[in-house]
Amino acid sequence: MKKYQATSILKYVFLVIVCLFSVFPFYFMIVSSTNTSVDIIKGRMFFGTHLFENMKTLASTVRLGNAFWNSLRNAIANTLASLFICSLAGYGFQIYREKGKDTLMGMLLLSMMVPFASLMVPLFRMFSQARLLDTTIGFILPTISTAFLIFFFRQSAESFPIETVQAARVDGLGEFGIFFRIFVPIMAPTFAAAAIVTFMAAWNNYLWPLIIMQSQDSQTMPLLITGLTAGYTTDYGILMLSVTITTLPTLILFFTQQKRFVEGVLGSVK
Amino acid sequence: MAKTTLTKKINLYGWLFVIPAALFIFVLNFYPMISAFLLSLQSGRGNNLKFAGLKNYARLFEDEMFLTSVGNVIIYLVIQVPIMLLMALVLASLLNDPKLKFKGVFRTMIFLPCATSLVSSAMIFKSFFSIDGIANTSLIALGILEGPMSWLTHPIWAKFVIILTITWRWTGYNTVFYLAGLQTIDRSIYEAARIDGASARTQFFHITVPLLKPVILLTTIMSTNGTLQLFDEVRNITNGGPGISTLSISQYIYNLSFMYNPQFGYAAAVSYAILVMVAVLSFIQVKVGNKR
Repeated sequence: MKKYQATSILKYVFLVIVCLFSVFPFYFMIVSSTNTSVDIIKGRMFFGTHLFENMKTLASTVRLGNAFWNSLRNAIANTLASLFICSLAGYGFQIYREKGKDTLMGMLLLSMMVPFASLMVPLFRMFSQARLLDTTIGFILPTISTAFLIFFFRQSAESFPIETVQAARVDGLGEFGIFFRIFVPIMAPTFAAAAIVTFMAAWNNYLWPLIIMQSQDSQTMPLLITGLTAGYTTDYGILMLSVTITTLPTLILFFTQQKRFVEGVLGSVK
Repeated sequence: MAKTTLTKKINLYGWLFVIPAALFIFVLNFYPMISAFLLSLQSGRGNNLKFAGLKNYARLFEDEMFLTSVGNVIIYLVIQVPIMLLMALVLASLLNDPKLKFKGVFRTMIFLPCATSLVSSAMIFKSFFSIDGIANTSLIALGILEGPMSWLTHPIWAKFVIILTITWRWTGYNTVFYLAGLQTIDRSIYEAARIDGASARTQFFHITVPLLKPVILLTTIMSTNGTLQLFDEVRNITNGGPGISTLSISQYIYNLSFMYNPQFGYAAAVSYAILVMVAVLSFIQVKVGNKR
């Protein structure tokens, strides 16, 4: 019994240490955004009074509002477009299942094995020829349709009773009507889960915007952050403030929608 | 007869649902993949390209920068992925214990790093390990270091910082997968094992690991794939330095294409090297995974 208690305590100690390691960077990020760069370097670990000052410096050195709006617009457009295209496809692959479509789905799944690193050069050349650099369309196109999301929606459509579809047909509803008026409302939680992971991925995307968003006007938040360290000395206060501002929206989504977020991360693996 | 025309018509509708998504993947994934291959057969600077056959591929084997970047990525892969996945497995099995208190709090805190971007996590860890950062301050205060250590300009410690950052960001992510996998395992198996006197360790290696094999395989492939394409962390923590001692393959492709005088043809050849590595490693992992 004593031995059992000892291992049980050890378990909690281990978990607490891991959790501290996990949470500390967030604490540091938020606390540091309220301190001066000098205090941060000195190792100050408590909330300071410099938040407003940091905010003013940040707003005067970079175009914060512009970058935030760009990130928000791109991420929302990406989410809406991806959800629309991929849910249609996932539904189509499952409800109108037949050999030809299964073969096509198999081919599309192969795209998951293609690393983005091997696409970036030809994609950049295609997009610069099509004059899509510095545009929202250019931002969303490479991730608008992903095998991951299509498969996710296909798996969820499995639980959608085919009888419902047949009954709706008898009632005279068209094929797209069935999708939009019955499937979408019933599957709202699935759409929410897909929306959260797609939004987060788009919001945090770095490599693709780094390549195509070349003008200041189209800069996104991750690009703004990296720009702050480009100079000779780094002001850690405003750096951490910009990191906090970038992380806050996804953090709020995480805390309010954790269950959906986990569903989205897991995708079709169940 | 009427029935077949109806299903035929409905089937046709089905294609309308799937074709837009399929077209996007063909045009923005498969087509560039093919054009990257054609590009890799050409050499030159900027858009001034000439057919060069397999010269670019021959150059790969003599290019020290390329070989170093491959070596770096393999070091990240071999050290980081097993440590992270083992940690995630242990955490998931601890969290799956029905008697564990504060489970929800622990779980939330462990998943939390998933909510931040790779750039943000890179910046936070870069600040920790900068010359005047808190890693040095606290290690000096504890008496472990005598003076400040220049983590990010040391070839080995810079890799350590990158590995630490990736591990922080992705351990919770993998725990999500293992926890979901564990929840499908019948609890009575563990009960029976306990009655038979199996220790927690035996239960872990003889029940948890074998039953989670498909999920372990999946996470291994995902992590391998991700590490081979490592970019955000390296570019933002060390920018490949000191020298090229932390350079990743993706960053090398980026540098070749967008930094100096672009060499798109050669960059495409390097990118095909990643493609081949991803394919070969995934294939090996699936083979090994299915055998065990």
